[in-house]
Amino acid sequence: MPATVALTVARYRPERESEPTFETYEIPFRKDWVVLDALNHVKDRLDGSLSYRWSCRMGVCGSCGMKVNGVPKLTCATFLSDYLPGPIRVEPLDYFPVVRDLVVDITDFVRKLKQVKPWIIREDGTSPPAGEYLQTPDQLDAYKQYSMCINCMLCYSACPIYGLEPSFIGPAAIAMAQRYNMDSRDQGAAERLKILSDHDGIWQCTFVGECTKVCPKHVDPAGAIQQYKLTGATHWMKSLLLPRSAR
Amino acid sequence: MDLYSADVLVVGGGGAGLRAAIAVAETHPSLNVAVISKVYPMRSHTVSAEGGAAAVIKAGDSLDEHAYDTISGGDWLSDQDAVEAFVREAPEEMLRLEHWGCPWNREPDGHIAVRPFGGMKIERTWFAADKTGFHLLHSLFQTTLKYDAIQRYDEFFVTKLLVDDGRCQGVVAIELGTGQIRAITAKAVILCTGGCGKVFPFTTNANIKNGDGMALAYRAGAPLKDMEFVQYHPTGLPFTGILITEAARAEGGWLLNKDGYRYLQDYDLGQPTPKPVLRSMELGPRDRLSQCFVKEQEKGRTFEGPYGHYVHLDIRHLGEKLIDRKIPFVRELCLKYVGIDPVKELIPVRPVVHYMMGGIHTDIHGATPLPGLYAAGEAACVSINGANRLGSNSLTEILVFGARAGKAAAAFATANAGARPSLVAQAEDERRRLEERFLRKRGGTERIAPIRTEMHQIMEESAGIYRSETALKEATGRLKRLQERFEDLSLDDDSYTFNTELTAALELSYMLDVAQTIVHSALERRESRGSHQRSDYPQRDDDRFLAHSLACRAEDGSPRIDYRPVTITRWPPGKRVYGR
Amino acid sequence: MSAGPHYTLYHPRWYRRRVSVWWWLQKRSYAAFVTREITSVFVAFFAVVTLWQLRALVQGPEAYERFLARLQTPLFLTLNVVALVFVLFHAITWFNLTPKAMVVRVSGKRLPDGLIIGLNYAAWLVLSAAVAFVLLRAA
Repeated sequence: MPATVALTVARYRPERESEPTFETYEIPFRKDWVVLDALNHVKDRLDGSLSYRWSCRMGVCGSCGMKVNGVPKLTCATFLSDYLPGPIRVEPLDYFPVVRDLVVDITDFVRKLKQVKPWIIREDGTSPPAGEYLQTPDQLDAYKQYSMCINCMLCYSACPIYGLEPSFIGPAAIAMAQRYNMDSRDQGAAERLKILSDHDGIWQCTFVGECTKVCPKHVDPAGAIQQYKLTGATHWMKSLLLPRSAR
Repeated sequence: MDLYSADVLVVGGGGAGLRAAIAVAETHPSLNVAVISKVYPMRSHTVSAEGGAAAVIKAGDSLDEHAYDTISGGDWLSDQDAVEAFVREAPEEMLRLEHWGCPWNREPDGHIAVRPFGGMKIERTWFAADKTGFHLLHSLFQTTLKYDAIQRYDEFFVTKLLVDDGRCQGVVAIELGTGQIRAITAKAVILCTGGCGKVFPFTTNANIKNGDGMALAYRAGAPLKDMEFVQYHPTGLPFTGILITEAARAEGGWLLNKDGYRYLQDYDLGQPTPKPVLRSMELGPRDRLSQCFVKEQEKGRTFEGPYGHYVHLDIRHLGEKLIDRKIPFVRELCLKYVGIDPVKELIPVRPVVHYMMGGIHTDIHGATPLPGLYAAGEAACVSINGANRLGSNSLTEILVFGARAGKAAAAFATANAGARPSLVAQAEDERRRLEERFLRKRGGTERIAPIRTEMHQIMEESAGIYRSETALKEATGRLKRLQERFEDLSLDDDSYTFNTELTAALELSYMLDVAQTIVHSALERRESRGSHQRSDYPQRDDDRFLAHSLACRAEDGSPRIDYRPVTITRWPPGKRVYGR
Repeated sequence: MSAGPHYTLYHPRWYRRRVSVWWWLQKRSYAAFVTREITSVFVAFFAVVTLWQLRALVQGPEAYERFLARLQTPLFLTLNVVALVFVLFHAITWFNLTPKAMVVRVSGKRLPDGLIIGLNYAAWLVLSAAVAFVLLRAA
């Protein structure tokens, strides 16, 4: 085990430079340390001006997504020991505008999340039951996987379609729409269909599959999108052949 | 300076803040409500909560039972009128979450499933696998997207409360993305900024838990209540402090010392049984379990590791199937951060700081003594948790009191006029202060990390599980010196754009204020109750201290401690009995 | 009324990175993806050849002999081999991806991915065997 390892970090200070640069820091190597610990060491001891997001350090808040050696990762769950002998390259997530150093702007995602109506939609005029909606464990399993998304944006950063066509709604938003579509308590599938079948919805996806590969919570957004393509296509066929019943 | 305004302003976008915002939007649809948060709402620390949320729903349970468990768990420091309101409103709040899509675990017939939890006599903890806080927060956040009346200011860091005319009328905040300092005026402000675990070195808390709202209220003249009551969660991972949920014990986990012995049986917590018995052994209250660890450590019966002493949590006998179904996140965390598989190996655990029972003093409607200022959630102290919180009461608390504070703040906003132009002057002063003291200052000799590390050391040594007069007295002096050293701080980062060194410095100043209130309150409370244990005053003293401590900011900046009696309604103070 | 912050889409200080035209060469998985997409060209090629074969059949035995001769030239043999390789790649990648798109539930439980992939291959084998049997019998 080496005593130190090199960390090459992307820097971008908009008041001073027009393009990102790289700086290399020599940090102590500890086998328990994750990349986030290394960044904290840099900020505390070497260069206090390094900016990045982090919070829970246990892989559930989704703040600390960055590229480590070119692959989108949660830096709180990425161990230095997997990258020996280094240097370890840390960059901001792809396909989002860089605000500063390792911080990207994710307002595009937040806007798209709202577009897919990620809440329980009930038919007008009905009020919820006095107690809980009944939902069996099997019904819960139908959408549970898609509810695990921590909004870390690694999938957007891995999706080349999102990079080439920034108007694409994107994997996490579609997975979230599916989470509600498949929730037995929700009745909003028709409303979401309009948004998802739109030009920037599911049909932009060409099943590269990178989103599922990088997802730290095994949400499988690629699967969600392909399954929804079946639903969308079936619905389109029905509306073509049986226009009345599809409505 | 750009002036934004809202009718009701919620500071903090976690469970309490989002619930308060929805309450305003639903009960007073003509008002506009803004949620301002230093992180995106789905990053709030509510997301890390694992175990569950308690509410009476099953036959055979009763509101009185829940109330009694909570009051005895709080060592009779809980205000009983607040607890009665809490247990009464809990079930409807939780059902509302269910209607909003929260994926609660179910029984085979489709009804909500409940699990046993520490300190509770009857099973009443609703859960969503072992990521209850995550599902709760995301369900709430996604539901807020429905309401156009809710305007969000994401990644705005609040630096000061605007107080004018004896009323709180807004905040000054840094828009992190641009570095611009903005004033947001409001007719009512609700602080839902969470606790202050990062005052201590080993904590389950995230980096963002710095007691922001507590310090803001304290500086604005509102008192902080019961700050000496800091909860140590018995099972956190050494080094990282990551939480291993109480649910692991609720499902049947055992705490074993160096000799493989279930040591809790030596401390009047009952007899060991193969299956968990409620309110006994590993399902005792958190403060007692953490204290047992310290006693075991004194006897030399704990393991010593590179990051301190620890004991073992054994869940091997639960079996892989149950672990993957009920506590999968525990397995995931152990595999990732300790490199062990809890299905086959023992988990190293130790007590770590987890929750702050104390906070901004509010009444049962969430109102602080400062008109126009409200608080809810961990940042507030109503108090329902008293001297020790029971697990799974907190997630319910944020919903019940978030809603209450939202409604109360909305009613206040409807009845009161808006801001006056003099507030802009205050905001301008604040901007000048931030620029002069932090962004433009050069040549200071102090840095953030050493001051923070020393604060951690002081708090760990003097405000730990067991406290004493001499250590606490010394701590007050050392903290004061740290605050003086803080004045000589200068930053590396002079940028306006997303300056996280500036926010770290501001957070450190909040933490120093809060640390002072903790240490002073602990010093003045010369008794042992719940999670506040004095080695020099080991008994509970109801004659003198059946009261809440109130820490108010004196002229010189240090806290002045007063007392306020506890509200007792139907449960006269008794002994806390577990295991029998 | 509150004046909210409005996020300008083209904030002057943000740095927007250009996506290179050669993005698909930067990662093995991206290159594999683009290859998979290109295989559709070869699938189309086989479809065209089959249509051409049908046309030759309809036109009579001489036209069909000419067609067969054309297919046996080195150019077409090479093309067919190359196309076969790509179509196999196409079939294998898409079979392996089937369970992602098709979730089959039997009495509430999801069928394992391996089973669905296996069923696809099994069907392929059975169909190929049947076709081979018919062709070889006729020969």
